[in-house]
Amino acid sequence: MTAILPAKSVADRLTTLFWRKPKLLLILLITPPLLWLGVVYLGSLAALLMQSFYSIDEFSGMVIPEFTLKTYAELLRPQNYDVIFRTLLMSAAVTLGCAILGFPIAYYAARFARGRWKAVFYLGIMLPLWSSYLVKVYAWKLILAKEGIITWAAEATHTSGILNAILSLPGIGGGSLSTSYIGMFLVFVYVWLPYMILPMQASLERVPTSMLEASADLGATRAQTFRTVILPLALPGVIAGSIFTFSLTMGDYIIPQIVGNSANFIGMAVYQLQGTAGNIPLAAAFAVIPILIMLVYLWIAKRMGAFDAL
Amino acid sequence: MHSDRASWALRLAAIGGLLFLHLPILLIFLYAFTTEERTYAFPPPGLTTEWFAAAWNRPDIWEALSLSLKVATVATALAMVLGTLVSAAMARATFFGRDQISLLIILPIALPGVITGMSLRSAFGIMDIPFSTLTIILGHATFCIVIVYNNAVARFRRLSGGVLEASADLGANAFQTFWHILLPNLGTALLAGGMLAFALSFDEVIVTTFTAGQQATLPIWMLEELIRPRQRPVTNVVALIVFAATFLPILLAYYLTRNGSETAGSGK
Repeated sequence: MTAILPAKSVADRLTTLFWRKPKLLLILLITPPLLWLGVVYLGSLAALLMQSFYSIDEFSGMVIPEFTLKTYAELLRPQNYDVIFRTLLMSAAVTLGCAILGFPIAYYAARFARGRWKAVFYLGIMLPLWSSYLVKVYAWKLILAKEGIITWAAEATHTSGILNAILSLPGIGGGSLSTSYIGMFLVFVYVWLPYMILPMQASLERVPTSMLEASADLGATRAQTFRTVILPLALPGVIAGSIFTFSLTMGDYIIPQIVGNSANFIGMAVYQLQGTAGNIPLAAAFAVIPILIMLVYLWIAKRMGAFDAL
Repeated sequence: MHSDRASWALRLAAIGGLLFLHLPILLIFLYAFTTEERTYAFPPPGLTTEWFAAAWNRPDIWEALSLSLKVATVATALAMVLGTLVSAAMARATFFGRDQISLLIILPIALPGVITGMSLRSAFGIMDIPFSTLTIILGHATFCIVIVYNNAVARFRRLSGGVLEASADLGANAFQTFWHILLPNLGTALLAGGMLAFALSFDEVIVTTFTAGQQATLPIWMLEELIRPRQRPVTNVVALIVFAATFLPILLAYYLTRNGSETAGSGK
């Protein structure tokens, strides 16, 4: 019998093959990206772990490629322990600051913004999230500088006394805002705030209006509805946002380098140890700490249902 | 009664928060024109455009800019190919290890950049790979994959499977379906993902400091100026350039995906 259909091209034959064996297409699609991520990323993470179990010869400064726990023991030295503690404290403070400042924005955008305002809020949160990190930090360097806009505004409104009182607070104050923990905290909050708002907004948007109506029908005041209905339902979003703010603050080393009193943070320690000090094993060991902390954090977040809000 | 109107306090806090997010960036525009050379004095004593000319005549800035553009272009291209492939695989199929793969894709941006950077640095150290433009691209492409993936996978999910079946029923082979049906529907999402990946790569500094060696991308040039300010007025101009180079792609990405509901087959 002669074929009525035209002869099959290679493309047609491949189509038939994919139809018969869908797994084959799947494997073809997924192999290149998996190979990339597996080799480049997971391979690098493995290298990091490996390096953290090496040590450095104190006299020659050469890396000794032999398994040892010596490098991890060094982390427990008081000055290194301080660095870890300080970083965690700052990460927690920044997370709290972002949650408090971000909640009204997320709440308004999710519940009350309509039409054009919805778009304004969407862009208003997305643009700062994506725009240049370094430029944002730079803008704050300009703002916080001793001769900058805040000092000027304080003088113009005759509130320099308040500014100086804040700066003379023990522990968190300093010579000027750009050399104090307060300044560093402000910059951190500013830079990571959108990461907190987005998941909060997503979880707030999923709160059904019927529940709020039911709450009101049962006689709850606004404050009661907020406390007993909205807040518990928004909590997974807050936790999801806190994953970002906590993790990003913990790993950042640019902001503590540019703003603040040059106190050391985990990220800075990693950067300095691998660079000028040339102690890659200790730098790697330092970098393992945020990974462990984030793994625990993610595990807790998952148990509290935060991943549904992402 | 349940009310649909926000209280004044909430409205004030929300709008105040938005202003807090935007006003600091506006300051960059003002400072690019200041006549003050040595400090960050506010208000600027005068305004001038001479720093734009000064920046224009700086070979080191041009060099850093061209390196940044090169890295961002290649990294984006790589990420678009890899991100599209993995999103095509993940969008419909369910298979063993799917959750682990999605975690693997997100990991490079879920973990702090310093870890990605330090990991790559460790690997280059162990394998004796010298720093080059290639090592920068390697790092950038890795964390850009997730950006393309996120955009593409969302569109794949909205795209009705019916149109693909219809195409097959009408006799198209897999490549014709890809070219005539899939690509036009995915196009804007891919472009938007590419734009965002480009913006992210162009601006990236944390991973780059670990993988660049002696080379300077524009953000690294800027970072050095931030740590040891030597030429503040030119840095102000560079900040403006970096801002524009990331801001425009983001805005474009927004307009490309704004009308996402018009995807074929989604009206059912």
